[in-house]
Amino acid sequence: MTEPLLRLWGLTKAYPGVVANKDVSFDIGRGEVHALLGENGAGKSTLVKTIYGLVKPDSGTMTLEGEPFQPAEPRAARAAGVAMVFQHFSLFDAMNVAENIALGMENPPPQAEIAAQVRQVSDQYGLPLDPDRIVGELSAGERQRVEIIRCLLQDPKLLIMDEPTSVLTPQEVAILFETLRKLSRESTAILYISHKLEEIRALCDNATVLRLGQVVGTCDPRTTSARDMAELMVGSTLHVPHKEDKPAGETVLALKNLSAKAPHRFGTPLRDIVLEVRKGEVLGIGGVAGNGQDELVAALSGEMKTAKAMIHYKGQPIGNLAPNARRKIGILAAPEERMGHAAAPDMSLTENAILTAMTREKLTTNGFLHWAKARKFAEGVIAAFDVRTPGPQNAARSLSGGNLQKFVIGREIMQAPEVLVVNQPTWGVDASAAAAIRQALLDLAAKGAAVIVISQDLDELMEISDRFAALNEGRLSAPRPAAGLTVEEIGLMLGGAHDMEVAHVDA
Amino acid sequence: MIKLEKRPQPSKRWTFATPIVAVLLTMFFGGVLFAALGQDPLVTIRTIFFDPLFSEFAWFYRPQLLIKGAPLVLIAIGLSFGFRAGIWNIGAEGQYIVGAICGAAVGLAFYPMESFIILPLMVVAGALGGLLWAMIPGLLRVKFGTNEILVSLMLVYVAEQLLASMALGALRNPEGMGFPGSRNLAQYPSATSWINQSAGMHWGVVTALIAVIFAYIALSRHIFGFNVRLSGQSPRAARFAGVNPGRLILICMGISGTLAGLAGLFEVAGPAGQVSIDFNVGYGFTAIIVAFLGRLHPVGILLAGGLMALTYIGGEIAQSNLGLPIAAIQILQGMLLFFLLAVDVLTNYRITLARKAH
Repeated sequence: MTEPLLRLWGLTKAYPGVVANKDVSFDIGRGEVHALLGENGAGKSTLVKTIYGLVKPDSGTMTLEGEPFQPAEPRAARAAGVAMVFQHFSLFDAMNVAENIALGMENPPPQAEIAAQVRQVSDQYGLPLDPDRIVGELSAGERQRVEIIRCLLQDPKLLIMDEPTSVLTPQEVAILFETLRKLSRESTAILYISHKLEEIRALCDNATVLRLGQVVGTCDPRTTSARDMAELMVGSTLHVPHKEDKPAGETVLALKNLSAKAPHRFGTPLRDIVLEVRKGEVLGIGGVAGNGQDELVAALSGEMKTAKAMIHYKGQPIGNLAPNARRKIGILAAPEERMGHAAAPDMSLTENAILTAMTREKLTTNGFLHWAKARKFAEGVIAAFDVRTPGPQNAARSLSGGNLQKFVIGREIMQAPEVLVVNQPTWGVDASAAAAIRQALLDLAAKGAAVIVISQDLDELMEISDRFAALNEGRLSAPRPAAGLTVEEIGLMLGGAHDMEVAHVDA
Repeated sequence: MIKLEKRPQPSKRWTFATPIVAVLLTMFFGGVLFAALGQDPLVTIRTIFFDPLFSEFAWFYRPQLLIKGAPLVLIAIGLSFGFRAGIWNIGAEGQYIVGAICGAAVGLAFYPMESFIILPLMVVAGALGGLLWAMIPGLLRVKFGTNEILVSLMLVYVAEQLLASMALGALRNPEGMGFPGSRNLAQYPSATSWINQSAGMHWGVVTALIAVIFAYIALSRHIFGFNVRLSGQSPRAARFAGVNPGRLILICMGISGTLAGLAGLFEVAGPAGQVSIDFNVGYGFTAIIVAFLGRLHPVGILLAGGLMALTYIGGEIAQSNLGLPIAAIQILQGMLLFFLLAVDVLTNYRITLARKAH
């Protein structure tokens, strides 16, 4: 048996109050694509930071090519041949690609030389990138290529990728995977962190599953079902949302050439959106973040008013109604940002219940608040949606992201809306809670409500939507039945791969 | 290494303890300051904080507490709504002056007629004067996005010039031998705000207490108070909850301007008596300290107003009996706000002795 490239042995790292990694051991072979799976808080980040020299383990050892490997800082890890592409890019918008790459180097060669290297690597690995372009003008996928090429110029033995596909369109994912496979064939090992199980099944040779800091299993993702891997990750049987077939109902909400200017400098204008949403259906809207999702939710919730006739509800024009007037007639919304938008972090859950439920739950009389009633409503949401908190008197910011998300979604669903608009309903939520939220949305639709789900998670949209539409630069594609849509069709609806061609990889 | 760690939620205990700790620290460092000035710190602190209430002349000082405290509380209650909503009206002093001018002008217009309707009309005029002066920064903010801090502050100086012009011109007492200043409203029975001068009772005291009660109910029981708090904490969540930000700015500016105008009217028709060049003594600015010292809570503001009035009276006693310079008293009041804000950190943060990082 050949010696592995990287061997982790008994790695343990404790923070005050929590053990992030406990006795973690596994091997990564040369050229192996190894998946690291786990829910939020399972200890994936701590582990890769240990390998990259950002965290010093309390105990345990690592060996790289048989030699003891104890990087004191990322520079040492890079020198030893370990490179990492972070989930959040560290690039300067105002500089061009080559300048950004030079900034990450110890002794950068002249610009022209870097540019030549970038061109060469980008050709070699099928990652089209022009070194002279300004980073601020690049798409998310192209920015990621800058980060990847920056790593590849170091000629790494191990490339760590943290949630690389969360910002990519399916076509861009395909380009990335071709590159990673080619790297793997050239015996560069890849440690791939993700919670998207289908991707891991398509790409990886081996998978290590972490739960609460410990290795709970390893598997061959090519032969293990996504469901089995999810259950390994969660540690319990996963509830898969159940969708019933039902005939399409009448149209409740109609958008007629909905257009709106960008609300601020970094916003996206909405352009001529035409859409009809029917009773009892779940309409999924996909798209990469920043293509008008926030603006569409604001236009529907009433935070952003439009011309009266642009939005019709049960035949009545309502584009100019304020948020509470819309709530009164049955249109509710849950924005993406939980802290500070959907909920006020420093206020109690009871107060956060009042925030949107005041009108429909009749929590006021002549403006005077019924605190007992509000508290009871908040307790109802907490119980029905399994929100983990000591009670409704606790501040919203004391809840974890997933728990607050359950509260925010639950708060709207418990008000029995006729139209519910949710943006990123399960973002940052662990797998079992996400399944519960999806099921609640399906149940709401089964009771006759129209549900609009805006999400970047295409798997989620395919799982619960009856119809699917894509948002691209403020334009909405015509909705199509979700059943039977292929990944290619979805990709085309999302606007293709932003003029990129799929990688040409030499055989 | 000492580190500040954010609490998951604000500490209830520290919310109440903060003002008390701040007062104690002020007493201590004030004592150090007075010692440096060559005074006996214990005697000075006793003179300022205890003599007005408990000395043999307390019967004389206690009514003074009402007279000094009432305008502070009234203005601070008004300011507290805006401050909670993140709307910074720094120009209450100007609204106070304009309220006083408008109210007094109405009273003087009726002189020497006697009627029960005169004081109520003056009250309305005073409130409107303060309201309109506050609407200037409010509307400019809503329509043009100007900074209400700067505009309201600058309007204080405009109001002071207006006051000087009124005291020397339009409102000057025709029988005043050419001295600046209006007729004395305190001696005009239909226009005076005094109820019982020797007890220090005037309508401003009554109005301040009513304002405290209304503010308490509005903030704890009414959706308006909820929206005010929500807007201050999370402006985006407030818009999502259906709060119209422009309208909220105008309402909050309006409340603070109205109450400041009322405070000015009651002052000029009672304790001050006449519109003079310098009848205002900075209540509008001191009220900002009172509002924060009282945690922007109506009951807290009532107590803080009392405490601030105490330092005024005590400062005057210390000035006349111990020869302490007036600036020393102002430093003491400044210290109070300083320590309050400093100790306030502990409400939202806890101090931890962190182990040395790797």
